[in-house]
Amino acid sequence: MGQHRNKATILSVLFMGLGQIYNRQIIKGLIFLAFGIFSVGYFILNLRYAFWGIVTLGETPRTPANLNDYDHSIFIMIQSLITLIYLVLFLIAYYLNIRDARKIGEERDRGIQPNNFKQSVRYVLDYKFAVTFLTLPAIGILFFTVMPIIFMIMLAFTNYSAPKHIPPTMLVDWVGFDTFKNLLALKSWSKTFYGVLTWTIIWAVLSTVTTYFGGMFVALLINQKGIKFKGFWRTILIIPYAIPQIISLLVMRNMFNGQFGPINQYLNYFGIPGAPWLTHETWARAMVIIVNMWVGVPVSMLLIMGVLTTIPKDMYEAAEVDGATGYQKFRIVTLPMILFTTAPTLITQFAGNINNFNVIFLLTGGDPVKGSYQNAGATDLLVTWLYKLTLTSNRYNMASAIGIIIFLIIASFSIYNYRRTKSFKEEDMIQ
Amino acid sequence: MSRLKVRNGIRLTSSYIVLIILSIAAIYPALWIILGAVRPGKSLYSKTLFPEEFTLDHFRELFTSNQVMFPQWYMNTLKVSLASMILGVLLTLLTSYALSRFRFSGRQNALSVLLILGMFPGFMSMIAIFLLFKEWGLIDTHLALIMVYAAGAPLGLTLITKGFFDTIPRSLDEAARIDGASNFRIFGSIILPLSRPILTYLALLQFVGPWVDFIFARLILRSKHKWTVAVGMWDMVANSQNTNFTVFAAGAVLISVPITILFIFMQRLLVEGLTSGASKG
Repeated sequence: MGQHRNKATILSVLFMGLGQIYNRQIIKGLIFLAFGIFSVGYFILNLRYAFWGIVTLGETPRTPANLNDYDHSIFIMIQSLITLIYLVLFLIAYYLNIRDARKIGEERDRGIQPNNFKQSVRYVLDYKFAVTFLTLPAIGILFFTVMPIIFMIMLAFTNYSAPKHIPPTMLVDWVGFDTFKNLLALKSWSKTFYGVLTWTIIWAVLSTVTTYFGGMFVALLINQKGIKFKGFWRTILIIPYAIPQIISLLVMRNMFNGQFGPINQYLNYFGIPGAPWLTHETWARAMVIIVNMWVGVPVSMLLIMGVLTTIPKDMYEAAEVDGATGYQKFRIVTLPMILFTTAPTLITQFAGNINNFNVIFLLTGGDPVKGSYQNAGATDLLVTWLYKLTLTSNRYNMASAIGIIIFLIIASFSIYNYRRTKSFKEEDMIQ
Repeated sequence: MSRLKVRNGIRLTSSYIVLIILSIAAIYPALWIILGAVRPGKSLYSKTLFPEEFTLDHFRELFTSNQVMFPQWYMNTLKVSLASMILGVLLTLLTSYALSRFRFSGRQNALSVLLILGMFPGFMSMIAIFLLFKEWGLIDTHLALIMVYAAGAPLGLTLITKGFFDTIPRSLDEAARIDGASNFRIFGSIILPLSRPILTYLALLQFVGPWVDFIFARLILRSKHKWTVAVGMWDMVANSQNTNFTVFAAGAVLISVPITILFIFMQRLLVEGLTSGASKG
C-alpha cells in the first residue's frame, strides 16, 4: 500500500539519511546523516553571514581608529559566494537523498530486497560509473573555473576600482549596470573601448588570414613535384612553432628594440637609418602582425600539409585528362579541398587570435602608449587591456565588464562553428 | 620539350630560393640566441653573427650566481610540471572516457558547459583564484600552481580527447563487457593502449604548460626561490632591460632546447590534436 515508500520519503525529508536507515541501508544512511549534520552545522555558523555579506558587501571600512574589526568587501564577497555555492550543492544532495529513499521504499513495497552496502557500491561502479567519475573533475572545474567566473561577473556590477573603492580602507558597493554604461558611453572610456575593439578585430582578421594563406603557400611550395628533402624543409620551418613563445618573443622584442636592438644597429652599420619598429603606432601594428606570422605560419603549414596528403590522386588525374593546367588543378581541386577541410579550424584560429595574449604582451606589451586612451596602447587587444586594468591599474570592475564582452564575442563565433560541425548532432553515427 | 624543362628548372630553382630565405627567417632568432649564449660580454649586439671566441661563462653564471637561482627554478618547474602532468592527464582521461562511453542525463549539457566555460578569458578568473588561495593560505606554494594547472586540464583538453575516444570502436568494449570486464578493466586494457597518440599529446601539453606560463605563476609565487623558470626569465628581461642579455640567452637555451626537440618529434601528433578537436567535436 505504498507504506514503505511514504514513510521513507517523509523520514528523508525530515533529515538526510533517515529514510535510508529506515530502509535498512544502515551504512549508506549513516554516511548521508554525517554529511547532513556536517553541512547543517556549517550553515548555522555561516549562512546568515553569507546572506548579509552578499547583500551589503560589508559595512565598516578600516580606519586608523578601527584596525581590527573591519569588513573587507572583496573577501566577504568571495566567502559568501563559496557558502552559497555549497548551499546549492547541499540542496541538490538533499533532493537526491529524498528521491533515493522514495525509490528504495517503493521497491520494498513491491517486495524487492534493498541493496546492502557492498551491492550499492558495485551498482554505482557498474551503472553510475560516468556520473561518479565526473565528480572529481567537476569539483575542480567548479572551484577554479565556475566560481571565479561567477565572481568576476559579480565584480562587473560593483564599483570595485581604483582609486576610490579599494578595500580594506574603503567599501565596495553594488552599482548595477553603471560599469557597462561608463564603458560604452562615457567619453573617456568609450573612446578607448571602441579604439581597442576595432584594432582587436582588424588584428584578428589580418593575423588569421596572413598565417592561413602564408601556411598554405609554404605547404604547397614544399609539396611541389620535384622538391627534394621535403621532411628536412618541413622540420626547419616548424622550428618557430616549437620554440616556447616566451623565449622567442622576448628575443624578438630585444632584436627590434629601437635604441639598442641589433636590427637597427646592423642597418646603421650599412648606413641605413633604423626604424622605430615597436614604438611607432603604425610600425608596431605592422610588426606584431609580421611576428605573429612567424609564430603562426608553421601551424597552418602542418595542418595544410596534412590535408594535402588526403586529396585522392585520381582527382588530379581526372583533371589532367580534361586538360587542366597546373593553376586550374590548384583552383578546382586543391583549394576547395583545403578550404572545406580546414574551415572549422579557421574559425577556431580567429577566435584564438582575438584572445592572443602572448604575442602582443611579450612583443610590445600593448605599447606604444596612446595619450587619449585609458591605460591602453596602440597594439593593445581587449585581453591585454583587461590584463593591464586588473594588474597595473586595479580597475577590476571595468576589467570584468571587458571580460564579459570578450566572452560574448568569442562565444558567438564558437557556437556558430560548433553547430555547423555536423558531428555535433550526429556524433553517435560515427561508430 | 626542352622549353618545358627550362620552365620546370626555373620553377624549382625559384622555389628553392624562397625555401632557403624562409628557412633563414625561421631559424635566425633561434640561432641568434644560441650564439648569444656562448658569446663573451653582456650585450646582445655584436658585429658578426658568429662570435670570434666562444665561452661557457654564462652557463656557469646561471648555475652559480646568487642573483639567478636557475637550478632551483629548474627543479621547481620540473616538480610542478610533472605533478600537474600526471594529475591533469588522469583527470582529462577519466572525464573524456565518461563522456565518450556513457549515456546519462545531462551529458549533452556537460559538453556544452565545457565548451562555453572554455571561452571565458583565463585572466578573468585570476583574481578570484588568487583570493581563493589566499583564503586557503596557499599563496606562494607550488601546490596552488599544481592544483590550477591540473584542474584546468579537463576544461581545455576534454573535447579533443573525447573526440579521439569516439573513434575507438565501441564494439571492442562491448565484447569485453560480455566477457565480464569491469569499467576500470575496459578502460585500462582496451581504451588506454589504443590511445597512445592522444596520451602523448596530452602529456606533452600538460608538461610544457608550467615551463612557459609566466602570468599565473608570477601572481602566485612571491619569493624568488620558489619561482619557476618562466617567471625567472621574464623577470630577467623585463626588469633588467638588456643589462644581462647573454645570461638570459643561456637560460633560454636550457629551457627551449628540450621543449623544441619534443615538439619537433611530435609534430604529426600535434596536427592530429589540432584537427581532431575541430572535426569531431
